[in-house]
Amino acid sequence: MLDSKIPTGSLKDKWTSHKFNNKLVNPANRRKYKIIVVGTGLAGASAAASLGEMGYQVESFCFQDSPRRAHSIAAQGGINAAKNYPNDGDSVRRLFYDTIKGGDFRSRESNVYRLAEVSNNIIDQCVAQGVPFAREYSGYLDNRSFGGAQVSRTFYARGQTGQQLLLGAYQALMKEAGKNNVILHPRTEMLDLVVVDGVARGIIVRDLLTGKIESHAADAVVLATGGYGNVFYLSTNAKGCNVTATWRAHKKGAFFANPCYTQIHPTCIPVHGDYQSKLTLMSESLRNDGRVWVPKKAKDTRPAHEIPEDERDYFLERKYPAFGNLVPRDIASRNVKEQCDAGRGVGDTGMAVYLDFKDAIARLGQEAIKEKYGNLFDMYAKITGADPYQTPMMIYPAVHYTMGGLWVDYNLMSNLPGLFVVGEANFSDHGANRLGASALMQGLADGYFVLPYTIANYLAQVKPSSKEIITRGEFKQAEEQVNEKIKKILSIKGKTTVDEFHRQLGHLVWEKCGMARNEAGLKEALKLIPEIRERFWNDVCILGSGEDFNQALERAGRVADFLEFGELMCLDALERRESCGGHFREEYQTPEGEALRNDDLFSYVAAWQFNGVGQAPILHKEELKFEEVHLAQRSYK
Amino acid sequence: MSKKINLTLKIWRQKNRNAPGKFETYKTQGVDVDMSFLEMLDVVNERLTREGKEPVAFDHDCREGICGACGAVVNGQPHGPMRGTTLCQLHMRNFKDGETLIIEPWKAQGFPINKDLSVDRSAFDRIITSGGFVSVKTGQAPDASTLPVPKDAADTAMDAAQCIGCGACVAACPNGSAMLFVGAKVSHLNILPQGAPEKKARVLNMVAQMDKEGFGNCSNAYECEAACPKEISVAHIARMNKDYARANNPCNE
Repeated sequence: MLDSKIPTGSLKDKWTSHKFNNKLVNPANRRKYKIIVVGTGLAGASAAASLGEMGYQVESFCFQDSPRRAHSIAAQGGINAAKNYPNDGDSVRRLFYDTIKGGDFRSRESNVYRLAEVSNNIIDQCVAQGVPFAREYSGYLDNRSFGGAQVSRTFYARGQTGQQLLLGAYQALMKEAGKNNVILHPRTEMLDLVVVDGVARGIIVRDLLTGKIESHAADAVVLATGGYGNVFYLSTNAKGCNVTATWRAHKKGAFFANPCYTQIHPTCIPVHGDYQSKLTLMSESLRNDGRVWVPKKAKDTRPAHEIPEDERDYFLERKYPAFGNLVPRDIASRNVKEQCDAGRGVGDTGMAVYLDFKDAIARLGQEAIKEKYGNLFDMYAKITGADPYQTPMMIYPAVHYTMGGLWVDYNLMSNLPGLFVVGEANFSDHGANRLGASALMQGLADGYFVLPYTIANYLAQVKPSSKEIITRGEFKQAEEQVNEKIKKILSIKGKTTVDEFHRQLGHLVWEKCGMARNEAGLKEALKLIPEIRERFWNDVCILGSGEDFNQALERAGRVADFLEFGELMCLDALERRESCGGHFREEYQTPEGEALRNDDLFSYVAAWQFNGVGQAPILHKEELKFEEVHLAQRSYK
Repeated sequence: MSKKINLTLKIWRQKNRNAPGKFETYKTQGVDVDMSFLEMLDVVNERLTREGKEPVAFDHDCREGICGACGAVVNGQPHGPMRGTTLCQLHMRNFKDGETLIIEPWKAQGFPINKDLSVDRSAFDRIITSGGFVSVKTGQAPDASTLPVPKDAADTAMDAAQCIGCGACVAACPNGSAMLFVGAKVSHLNILPQGAPEKKARVLNMVAQMDKEGFGNCSNAYECEAACPKEISVAHIARMNKDYARANNPCNE
């Protein structure tokens, strides 16, 4: 049933021959097709802009007040590409291999190879748009290193690479909006997908200022709505990030793949209070120059500067000499947790380790460190009140990215014809763990260089009919369901705020389905999540009306979806009886405590089909075939 | 255990664009000084909800100072008293026990109020639409290293490109001018060789759109630079004025 539509031929020729074999829509016919793009992050903005340039009628939706605010903007460190400008042995094949290995051999070879192949075009495109990447005195582009690689292939714009790439894509989008090739709908949230005769044909949206519910029809729908990290309540995601668009598409038939693959980023500012609303990332690029350590002695309360060198344990450098502090994120995070669980954590809570720049400052000077990381150091100082130039940073892992997402084939189309999914919202390229600086690469690869080709092949085979289809009853019916759900939430008038429910759910899934998981814990979570959901629907307190700007109501709808989604995430984690990448099952580990995969039984993508709230979903498996790479236990030692 | 302080908040409440607004006073006890300003507002909203009162609407998203969604005028200063800081990155340790805080939305002709502390900044999007881009289509780009860019030009472009589009510059300006926002974008793109072909049209169109949106003119008060969370320099306004003068008078080229 699950056909990934991977083209035949050798790995390096697949994309080239696929592009040639794809059907095209001629320029005069493109304006007859309407395409809806939901989300304006890197994937959504780049897709909408590129499709607009090609001449399609594009409608772009985002819940933020401006497309420029999508959460891609917060990415700090950089974007990978196989340019090999530093002459250190990089190539498309090496970027492909590092990404497959980084993902712990749980991604599709063909997709990852294509990603590496188009990575260089992204840098070209962004430079031409005026993205001010860091340059050397020669005027040529600078690179730095990121985790999981032994070459410097990361392009960056200070600590604000995501911002600059997103502004590039946003500006391209606004350029097309000015030509009326793209119609923008900011402050508009997608609340349902409309499926007519088994094909995705439109969406139901709510105007967040007036509360008006509206239908929009199209010939294809593209979801670029990001990840589901906020199911954990505390994460490095923006407060608005949610699973609603993808979850509601899932409830309309789209399969959800690998929801248990969540990325916990090792270097975040530790949790400090119950009122805390989010966690802040300190870019992985800091591990280029910062050294991670804990005191050798447990419960050592001396301040960092009083602990002599020989009483410190630089545990990443000790355990992984080849990659040192730049091991992949999942490995770094688990090691930090292990040290803290053993009582060697530092700070008031003992749930932190040091990230120390003393040696780098001595070697390069404070000015050089400031130039590279100044904004990150400032941000750290503002949040914690401590100066990282003087004392080491304290860091702890936090939820950061989700590799799972809606299942898509090689064309980025879900199992529902006409529904395309790009960027973090799909499951495609990162397997069980994403390497640093690869999310920006994937978002822009999908939007600029993959989707514009693959969507044409789909549209060429359907008749443009967005004007006729909107009269179909499915639209009215979906509008009514959305209206009823909103009415129901407002009618409960309980005693508990929506954030309290969100915190309860987040705490539960963090404890049971976070950095380490086990069978008993997951079974407990599967028992407790439906109970929280039940309480939510009986006791949530949302004031105000649905015909107004009502932020608590917006959040309630999103939390209601997380309360359903969380169950699927835990079920997927329970069913995957192996450890791989970000999914660490305590029962399956090597004697050294590394993730122990089971390639015989679990070398597949788990794609879940919705079967009703509280009902067991149906599992579909896509076997992963490795023709080019040799499956091995990951080693960064 | 971190320190707690008590505050009196006077918050601007306004139901929608056309309704009259007024200040409401909220006594707030036991504010943890490690909270961010928005977390403090979250706690106030949780309490209001439990008391059956509608929570205060305010825009926010990333809460790490980069999306540009948040912002309010605190005691007369956009984003509050700390330099180079968005409201979400302002922490309560910067306030004193017993202090009264007056919290208002951005007030400017170009930013109509949506509700409470939330304003409509879509004028900024329309200004970018009028010329804040390089007209390169996907696929047209040459290799990234074809054209070296002097490091100082790249660095200055980056200084300007850091703008988060929050609108604090407009809120701080006595004339409600958007010159720093527009200047930063003109400067970012006009400095780079990639932006050169559209240099003139960009500055003329963006300035025209800015005027059309009802933003005032610059009178060199420099309040914008002082309020900017990214500390963008007014030198970018000067650069825009230079480009504007040149674009209007080809003899100056």
